[in-house]
Amino acid sequence: MKKLSARRRHPLAALVVLLLALACTGGLYAAFAPASKAQADETAQSLAIEEGKKLYAVGCASCHGTGGQGSSDGPSLVGVGAAAVDFQVGTGRMPAATSQGAQVPKKKVIYTQAQIDQLAAYIASLGAGPTVPTEAEYGPEGADIAKGGDLFRTNCAQCHNFTGKGGALTNGKYAPDLEDVDPKHIYEAMQTGPQNMPSFPDTTLSEQNKKDIIAYLHAVNSDETVNPGGLELGGLGPVSEGLFAWIFGLGALIAVAVWVAARTAKAKKS
Amino acid sequence: MSSQDIPEENVPAERDAHEGAHGAVSVADEKNPFADPGLPPHEHRIQDIDERAAKRSERAVAFLFTVSMLATVGFIASYVTIPADRSIFVFPIGHLSALNFALGLTLGTALFTIGAGAVHWARTLMSDVEVADDRHPIAAPPEVRAKVHADFKAGATESAIGRRKLIRNTMFGALTLVPLSGVVLLRDLGPLPEDKLRHTLWAKGKLLVNMNTDEPLRPSDVAVGSLTFCKPEGLEEHDEDFQNEIAKAALMIVRLQPDDIKDKQELEWSHEGIVAYSKICTHVGCPISLYEQQTHHVLCPCHQSTFDLSDGAKVIFGPAGHALPQLRIGVNDEGYLEALGDFEEPVGPAFWERG
Repeated sequence: MKKLSARRRHPLAALVVLLLALACTGGLYAAFAPASKAQADETAQSLAIEEGKKLYAVGCASCHGTGGQGSSDGPSLVGVGAAAVDFQVGTGRMPAATSQGAQVPKKKVIYTQAQIDQLAAYIASLGAGPTVPTEAEYGPEGADIAKGGDLFRTNCAQCHNFTGKGGALTNGKYAPDLEDVDPKHIYEAMQTGPQNMPSFPDTTLSEQNKKDIIAYLHAVNSDETVNPGGLELGGLGPVSEGLFAWIFGLGALIAVAVWVAARTAKAKKS
Repeated sequence: MSSQDIPEENVPAERDAHEGAHGAVSVADEKNPFADPGLPPHEHRIQDIDERAAKRSERAVAFLFTVSMLATVGFIASYVTIPADRSIFVFPIGHLSALNFALGLTLGTALFTIGAGAVHWARTLMSDVEVADDRHPIAAPPEVRAKVHADFKAGATESAIGRRKLIRNTMFGALTLVPLSGVVLLRDLGPLPEDKLRHTLWAKGKLLVNMNTDEPLRPSDVAVGSLTFCKPEGLEEHDEDFQNEIAKAALMIVRLQPDDIKDKQELEWSHEGIVAYSKICTHVGCPISLYEQQTHHVLCPCHQSTFDLSDGAKVIFGPAGHALPQLRIGVNDEGYLEALGDFEEPVGPAFWERG
């Protein structure tokens, strides 16, 4: 201790003390805050709805109506549930810049997760709908990847391609690439059916089925995916592969053929 | 000498003897307006003149062959040492199997450097003097032909085929009958499908079984805007004829608001807005289920045929010739969705006798 006290006048001493104090405060807060939060859960919920309503009035009401009843510019939000809000706002699709265009694309998220939760709480209060899933529902524990592949090919591959690379639909609409989409958002999309995607409610595609599908997508289409062959060329199938073979494969063969048949360098005539 | 007929004396040995391999072969005159300039004069390569350059080429070729040897050693070493499940990141290819990458790279190098070395050897060190090698007449000389004729005649006489009629006739018989085996096998192209194309496994009272859960469906399970695929009750994936039967019976279930259904018959055949359509495209039979829940359009991924599920699944775009067949459904006493009969028309692509 003598050593420590001897350093109390060190120029960095104040900084160290400050950091320690901050860490203590943060730790204490983390330790005690949930307890008080649990006690006041109901109050927090109604507070979240209040806050959500304010956010809604500013950011959403111009298209979806002041009470979420919808208008000519946006559908009714009564009964869409918290999951739909968490998906639409959490992926930046909402607020949409315009209701024109084939479909609303994924954009930069402009609300914090806390604000999104408040919005979701408000929309959920308008009418019962699917709730935001928990980590236990979409997490990788207990998921069967092979079964997930089976289910994905039956239900999803027609639009999203066999490994979730996405594909074209009618009139400029498209099924997006599912690479590195947050598992929570995949779960919510299956549950709520955003835009032109049909929904796959728990009654026809069980919670376990959804978990399996998410695990399959993580295995075949994420930044951790190991592709034994390498160079997947977009994973789009024979078009890109054929194009690559014709251009680079044949190109290399032609270059070698030209080299084989080229005239060798001749000695200069004296 | 004209270029049309090549006389005997034009084979290289003879011609070289009196004209030499190089220089003009013929000049243009009245009979033959095209001059044959012959081969251009031979030019030497650096390697032909300079022994040091030749040594350099020799070393280059030897280097390529050595690289090939090392690559083969590398191939064997990688096969022995790299575990099959190790993955590495290679720019710009991405994550891939380390073993596959090492084996491909070393084997490719080993084969390519053998070829490249051989080509470099031929191009720089082997003789590059141009050689003209003219065509020989195709016909054999008359004496050879006469000998072949004579041999054939002798053989025919010795075999006594003209005298021993029994052998000759049975041989002809055997040779005539042998191809019949091939003709008989053509029966495997048949038999005709009879009415198989007109019927599926669906029948009155068969429950609609959800393909995801293997459970029968209740109307309350099917939400508006959802998409479900069903198979007929009793058809299991391990059945021997599963693929044949599901290819005809595959069913797509969607639920619309009953007010949105424009086609009267579709509404009648539905149950509280739940409609059941064949999943098989009527163009060439692709499984079709790119369902857009807001427009109620179903798109075929093969040729972009588009069907409107809110209007009797009529074709609104693309090459398909028929609307998707609808299955009439209802609810049984226990509250499960059931078929009220088979499809009224053949599912899938049209065929000659479809009518």
